[in-house]
Amino acid sequence: MSLTVADGRLDVSSLRHDFPILGRTVRNGNPLVYLDSGATSQKPVQVLDAEREFYEKHNAAVHRGAHLLAEEATDAYEASRSTIAAFIGASADEIVFTKNATEALNLVAFAFGTATALWEHGSGPGPDEDRFVLRPGDEIAVTEFEHHANLVPWQELCRRTGAVLRVITITEGGRLDSASLAAVICERTRVVAFTHQSNVLGTVLPVDQVVAAARAVGALVVLDACQSVPHQKVNVAELGVDLLAFSGHKMLGPTGIGVLWGRNSLLNSMPPFLTGGSMIETVWQYESTFAMAPQRFEAGVPMAAQAVGLAAACDYLESVGLDRITNHEQELTALALAELGAIPGLRVLGPTDTDARGGAVAFTVDGIHPHDVGQLLDDRGIAVRVGHHCAWPLHRRLDAVASTRASFYLYNEASEVHALADGVRAAIKYFGAS
Amino acid sequence: MEVDSLYQELILDHYKRPHGRGLREPFGAEVHHVNPTCGDEITLRVDLSDDDVVRDVSYDGQGCSISQASASILYEQVVGQSRKDAEGILAAFLELMHGRGQVEPNEEILGDAIAFAGVAKYPARVKCALLSWLAWEDAVLRIRAERNGSNG
Repeated sequence: MSLTVADGRLDVSSLRHDFPILGRTVRNGNPLVYLDSGATSQKPVQVLDAEREFYEKHNAAVHRGAHLLAEEATDAYEASRSTIAAFIGASADEIVFTKNATEALNLVAFAFGTATALWEHGSGPGPDEDRFVLRPGDEIAVTEFEHHANLVPWQELCRRTGAVLRVITITEGGRLDSASLAAVICERTRVVAFTHQSNVLGTVLPVDQVVAAARAVGALVVLDACQSVPHQKVNVAELGVDLLAFSGHKMLGPTGIGVLWGRNSLLNSMPPFLTGGSMIETVWQYESTFAMAPQRFEAGVPMAAQAVGLAAACDYLESVGLDRITNHEQELTALALAELGAIPGLRVLGPTDTDARGGAVAFTVDGIHPHDVGQLLDDRGIAVRVGHHCAWPLHRRLDAVASTRASFYLYNEASEVHALADGVRAAIKYFGAS
Repeated sequence: MEVDSLYQELILDHYKRPHGRGLREPFGAEVHHVNPTCGDEITLRVDLSDDDVVRDVSYDGQGCSISQASASILYEQVVGQSRKDAEGILAAFLELMHGRGQVEPNEEILGDAIAFAGVAKYPARVKCALLSWLAWEDAVLRIRAERNGSNG
C-alpha cells in the first residue's frame, strides 16, 4: 500500500479509494462531502474485509467451547486485543473491551459507586478497592469541555455517593484555565476526569499539567481519548494517566466496540461493572468471585468481529502513519479556520489557530440557526454535525444555543473545505441574514 | 434545490416575522419543552376559556427556522378555535409530520400548517416542527387535568 506521495504527505486521492462510501452521491446527486468524522468515521475495505473474513471463516463464541472454531475465534479476538494494545503503547492485559467509550467511562464511574456501596454496607471492599471508595467530602473534578459521556456518569456517581462535582473552567479563547485547575484540584479531589481533545472546540488539553496537579493530591486521572486516539499518536506510557477510554467507530473501526485502558493492577482493584458469564472465577449459589482483568469486565459473549475490525483499523492507521494524519488534519483545519473565519457574521468556537488544536471546527452564524446551516449544507451533499454535539454545558458557556461542526479525517481534501465555506456563504444568502 | 420543499416561502416569512410571539397573561398553563438533540426550547402558555375556546397561545423560545415558524403558525391556526377543533388540527398535523411525505395534507383542516408538508421528508427535522405543537397539547392537558381535579 502506498498512501503517501514523495514529500511524505498523505496521498489522499489514493486512500479515498479504500473507503467505498466516499464514492457515493447524496442529495441532488451531489458527491458526498463527509465532514462528520468527529461523530463517526467511515470505514476502509480493509476493516470491512477483516470482519467479513472472521464471520466467513472463524466465527464462534469466544472463550467458550473447545472446538476448532472456538479456538480460532478466541485467538482472533485475543490477537486483536494485542494489536489494539500496541497501537496505544500498552500490553494486552491492560485493554478492556466495552461496547463504546461511553460504557468504558461508566464502567469506571460504577467501580467507584460499587466500591463505595460495599464500604458503606460493611461488606468490603478489600484493601485493593479502597482507592475507589468515595467518603463524605470527597470531590470529583471534570472540565467545561466535557462530552456528556464524561460528565453525566460523574454527575450520577455524585448523586449516588454524595461526592461533590467540581468543574475546571475554560478561558475565553477556549483553552483550559490554569488558574481554575489550580483552584479546583485539592486534597479532597479523588478523581480528575477530562477530555484529551475537545469534540467541539478541537482544543488539545495539556495532559501533563492536569496529571501533575492530580498526582500532587493523589487523585485518579481518567482521560476521554475519543477524539485523540484516532487522530494523533497516543502512548499511554507517556501520558501518565490512570485510565483512558476511546471508541472504535471514530477511528475507522466498527460500531459496538470501545476500549478502556488501565494498568492491570489498577483494573484488578476495581469492582466489576456488568456481571454474568465469562467474568467470573467461581460461582456458588449465593455468591461469586471474579476473574482477573480484562475478563473481569467482559461479561457475556464479547464482540469478536468488532475487535477484529478494530485491530484492522489500527493496522490501517499505522500503515498510513499517525503523524502524517495529524499533519494532514492540521492543514485542513488551518484552511478551514482561514476560510470560515473570513465569512462576516461567522464565529468560530474555540482556538482560531492550529496550535494544540485538532480537526473539529465548530461555528455559529449570526441570524441563522445551526440546523438551518446544516440543512443547506446537506442540500449540497455536505455532511456536518449540528446541535450541541453532546456538550450542552460547553455551548452554554460559549453563549451558543448550538453550533455547526465540521470535523476532518485522513480522507478529507482541501476541496471539501472550500465546498464547506461556499455552502455556508450560500446559506447566509438563502436565509437573508446580514 | 430539493431543500426548497422544506423551506417554503411561508415558513421563512413566519420565521422572520413571527406572529403571536411573546408571553402574555392570562393563561391557564405554562409549559417548557426542549428538543434534547439540539437544545432548542420553547416556553408556551395557553389560555382556554370556560367554554373551551382557545383564547390565546403565547410563546417564547429559541430554535431553528422550522421550529420558530411552526410556533407562529400554531398560533395562527388554533387561537379562536374550539379546543376540539384545535385538537383536530393537531391530529392532522401529527399525521402529516409522521407520514414521511406519504400523507396527503388536508388544507381545509391544516390551513397554513400545510406548508410543513415538506418537513415530513426530512425525519431529522420533524421534531423541530413538532416542538411547539406538542407543548400546546401538553399545556391543554394540564389545564384540563387541573379543571377535572378542582371539579372532583
